Amino acid sequence: MTDSSTLGELAIEVRSKNAGPFWLTLEAFMPDDRTYRIADALITAELISELYHVAAESLRIFRIPDLCVVKVSFPRPVVQGGLHDRDMHAGQHHVPLAGVVVPPTEDDDLITKGRGRDD
Amino acid sequence: MTRQPSPPRGSVGILVPAGMLGAGFHPDTITRGLSLGPDVIAVDGGSTDSGPYYLGTGRAKTTERAVRHDLRLLLAAASGAGIPLVIGSCGTSGTDSGVEWIADIVHGICLEAGLDLTVAKIFSEQRTETLLPALDRGAIHPLPPSIELDRATLDRCVHIVGVMGHEPIEQALRGGADVVLAGRATDTAVSAAVPLMRGMPPGPTWHAAKIIECGGLCTTDPRSGGVFARIDHGGFTVEPLDLDTSCTPMSVAAHMLYETADPYRMREPGGTIDVTEARYMPVNDRVVRVEGSRFEPAEQYTVKLEGAAITGYETVSFVGIRDPQVLRGIDEWAGLLRKLLAERVVQVLGLVPEEWDADIRLYGYNAVLGELDPAPATPQEVGVMLLVNARDQQTATAISQLANPLLLHLPTPAMNHLPSFAFATSPAHIDRGAAYEFVLNHVVDTDSPTELFRLEMPEVTR
Repeated sequence: MTDSSTLGELAIEVRSKNAGPFWLTLEAFMPDDRTYRIADALITAELISELYHVAAESLRIFRIPDLCVVKVSFPRPVVQGGLHDRDMHAGQHHVPLAGVVVPPTEDDDLITKGRGRDD
Repeated sequence: MTRQPSPPRGSVGILVPAGMLGAGFHPDTITRGLSLGPDVIAVDGGSTDSGPYYLGTGRAKTTERAVRHDLRLLLAAASGAGIPLVIGSCGTSGTDSGVEWIADIVHGICLEAGLDLTVAKIFSEQRTETLLPALDRGAIHPLPPSIELDRATLDRCVHIVGVMGHEPIEQALRGGADVVLAGRATDTAVSAAVPLMRGMPPGPTWHAAKIIECGGLCTTDPRSGGVFARIDHGGFTVEPLDLDTSCTPMSVAAHMLYETADPYRMREPGGTIDVTEARYMPVNDRVVRVEGSRFEPAEQYTVKLEGAAITGYETVSFVGIRDPQVLRGIDEWAGLLRKLLAERVVQVLGLVPEEWDADIRLYGYNAVLGELDPAPATPQEVGVMLLVNARDQQTATAISQLANPLLLHLPTPAMNHLPSFAFATSPAHIDRGAAYEFVLNHVVDTDSPTELFRLEMPEVTR
């Protein structure tokens, strides 16, 4: 890669949804192993905590190489349907994650770092 | 173990015509589904996904005409094939009124079409008084991220439903029901009841039920509608009813991610579905076989509770801003609106902050994500929604009326003239009535899977 891309540009789809009224779940569907490893390295508890203002301890991250998917679930910051809930189905909450820029030119480094990473 | 029994034979077919009753489907869906030899037609009638209003009011999200349209086709198909029709979470939230609403529609169709069907109703609504003894003996437990339940929270609920497993549905079917109209039920229970009753293994049954609960979402075309699953003693197969659509190992496996916090393990009232070891294999280019799914029975049977409480009454106002001078300082403008409104509410209505709340949403700028928005740019146009919540409707509306001149004329601090913004309607505010929130995320231990649910059906003599 020569130009920087966002995770959303590399992915087939980055999506978000309620998982019941009290949880929110995010998924990055990547097209192949190479891009899966990029997503796998990029999506850490620290990143999600920073993007979504949630405690890192409350996150559940599922790394699913067979499907080339990284899935993250955490308690909904605002309970569904409350006065300050602006996204009833949490269907637009993928945007901060999709917009994360994948560092350019360091593709190979990232893949190396991503391999075997465990959080 | 010296005996080596041959694997039991037989299979059970499930026809799911759509992800939700009232969503609509092509009549070919049914024709095609019936040709595959189903043992049951199962469809979900509800969800919590559209918010707490439906449980709070006991009203349905779907319109009666759409539900009637679907039920006409389903009742005729089930009756013609001599197989049961199972509908879960009737009326969106599964309240007693939701079950009665569907029952009335079914009754009307049966009269009109001359169908003689035994219709069972299973009610899942819970009364606070019947839950209190369980609360007192510590039999109600929170699910993450919620905290222990208290009496006051239970008392706040206007409707509480218990989420039934397959057992009450099975009880109705064993009693001779042709049509089962269940109150709140797990999305999977509607499909799992008949295969479990016919002795199919729980692992494949529950996994299949989870895969097909949203209809076409497990296929390559989520809008294609119905799906068919066949469960046997070694696993299950799943295929779309639209011949132009496919199930692939990827589309089926990926459905375990949808609206789940954990894609591998899912709790049902009687145990946990575990698909960690499941293998997804193509049978051909549109049918998938799944093997290796497991179900771990729980030591304690638990029924999940859902409850909705009134948070107050709301009034919504909406105004459009197009003036670039204001839009350049839209955050400041919104901050000033909030400050001045708060001052007016104290001056005029004498309310303390705990007695009211407002949400100012700048649609076109950062309304959807708020402070999580990564890059809000200067917008071309903004729709300002002011949502006010107060203890009664008059107060919410009074606050909105105090806000009205601000929404119409508030300048930014940099402006030395009085702008006028674009109200979308007259009046600019709309009373929203009661507002609700989900307050229960708890399970209750029960001795029997059916004790919290009330079955009502006519005597069957055949």
